[in-house]
Amino acid sequence: MSDNTTTERARPEAIKAVPVRHPGRWVALGVIAILTAMFVHLLVTNDRFRWSFIFLEYQDGKRGVMFTEPVLEGLRGTILLTVSSMAIGIGLGIVIAIMRLSSNRILSSVAFVYTWFFRAVPRLVLAVLFGNLNILWERIGFGLPFGTQIGKLFGLDGFDGQFYSIKASDLIAGFVAGMLALGLSEAAYMAEIVRAGIQSIDPGQAEAAVALGMSRGQVLRRIVLPQAMRVIVPPTGNEIIAMVKDTSLVAFVPVTFELWFQLQQVSARTFVVLPVIVAALIWYLILCTVLMVAQYFVERHFSKGYGAADKARQRLRDIQVEQGGRITRTGEGT
Amino acid sequence: MTTEMVRADNVHKSFGSLEVLKGIDLVVGSGQVCCVLGPSGSGKSTFLRCINHLEKINAGRIFVDGDLVGYRERGGKLHELGERDVAKQRQSIGMVFQRFNLFPHMTVLDNVMEAPCRVKREPKAEVRDRALAMLERVGLGAKVGNYPGQLSGGQQQRVAIARALAMRPKLMLFDEPTSALDPELVGEVLDVMKGLAQDGMTMVVVTHEIGFAREVGDNLIFMDGGVVVEQGAPRDVIGNPQHERTRAFLSKVL
Repeated sequence: MSDNTTTERARPEAIKAVPVRHPGRWVALGVIAILTAMFVHLLVTNDRFRWSFIFLEYQDGKRGVMFTEPVLEGLRGTILLTVSSMAIGIGLGIVIAIMRLSSNRILSSVAFVYTWFFRAVPRLVLAVLFGNLNILWERIGFGLPFGTQIGKLFGLDGFDGQFYSIKASDLIAGFVAGMLALGLSEAAYMAEIVRAGIQSIDPGQAEAAVALGMSRGQVLRRIVLPQAMRVIVPPTGNEIIAMVKDTSLVAFVPVTFELWFQLQQVSARTFVVLPVIVAALIWYLILCTVLMVAQYFVERHFSKGYGAADKARQRLRDIQVEQGGRITRTGEGT
Repeated sequence: MTTEMVRADNVHKSFGSLEVLKGIDLVVGSGQVCCVLGPSGSGKSTFLRCINHLEKINAGRIFVDGDLVGYRERGGKLHELGERDVAKQRQSIGMVFQRFNLFPHMTVLDNVMEAPCRVKREPKAEVRDRALAMLERVGLGAKVGNYPGQLSGGQQQRVAIARALAMRPKLMLFDEPTSALDPELVGEVLDVMKGLAQDGMTMVVVTHEIGFAREVGDNLIFMDGGVVVEQGAPRDVIGNPQHERTRAFLSKVL
């Protein structure tokens, strides 16, 4: 009936109204345009930036400071350090998050103490601490716990119960110390991120999986974690990007195999300060841009089943369900 | 000749100091459909969840197809079953939830194939054929590549039924399967369930659908306050309730 009446009546003329003016926006645009022009002018005309020093050649017969061998070596170190410490951080973080959510009191308190400690200690202090850890032990190895004490108990003087050991200063020094400091600290933050992700999943999901006969491990791997990834990935992207920059802290371990340290060395040799800082800034910009693009694709992968259009529909449906169980019919009638 | 598929003896369950089930006895014969009615908070969903050990009972015994659920009795002592054995028991008990609980990150087909492939480790091609047949049976042959988020509630619930059936269970538990659905979508889910009942599946159905209980149920129990108030043939209980509590409830939902 209503359809008939609307087709019979003529469709009224489309609305053509004078839009609301936004003078404030034009003022803001003008201010921004002027500031941008000033900034570009500064970059182009101020020769103290010494762009050729950065890009082309910083000394006679050498490449620009961004592309010299030690700096590229440092860049490799920064990437390697980011990757390895994030691998430790994510792997250990997942384990600690699962421990934290365990119904076993001891496991969950151990996880709590871990996150408490490593979130409370500044990364810089941790890096210096790990650089000096070999003061505590001369050798580190695998063997019986309290081996020396057990040996004394049985009157064996030379016995230490060690199967294999190496000098501590060989094991925990430089790169490894920096990697451990960053990785262990990162694990504490990742644990909290993963925990939030796991807790964001409807318990009905795990219940349905368990009711099908899946084991706890399968439920976690196949059902809960893949869904939690949607919540976990964005803050993890933040963490990785923060990690790229935090690798510069390991200069205090000291680790020399790192971007910022290498650029500082150039600065010290050539007495050129600002262009070197700008070169570092450009490298960090490039690294983080690559990571942000990668994050976009990872996020897209884990939002399967939650496409942009689906997401809006899903949210609508959730709201309706909460307001009394109405569920929109989609797809069927069309 | 019907054998006992589910047997509950004096089942008690408490959450903390709150006693939810206060001695439930129930027998469901093989191939029978048992409908459980009752007001919310009467413990009917909790009881259903006890049958596949999603909830641990505090006293009494539940047997499914002759096996004690969740425990092993040896030398007069109860031993709790390990995770693996409990999972094994659950494989033969299908469950359908009020809120569907489909896995949103998997397509409809993957939802159905997940458990037979991962839990029973059956060959993928075989599972795939069976899953497609199941989905065809619940009328969703055209939606196998969709994600649950793209389906209506009724369609999602039918996928959930197919998912449970893919494990070839001997018993199906339904926990208010139509309560979260639009009135116009309830019918399509009930039709699938009726078909299942006609094929001889043993079912325990917690529901508010009186019509379904009357038409399909072989047995009806009415629960309130953690006890079975009344039970019998659906026609008798619904048509001629003996207890005041049952009458009051039915007068509100009919």
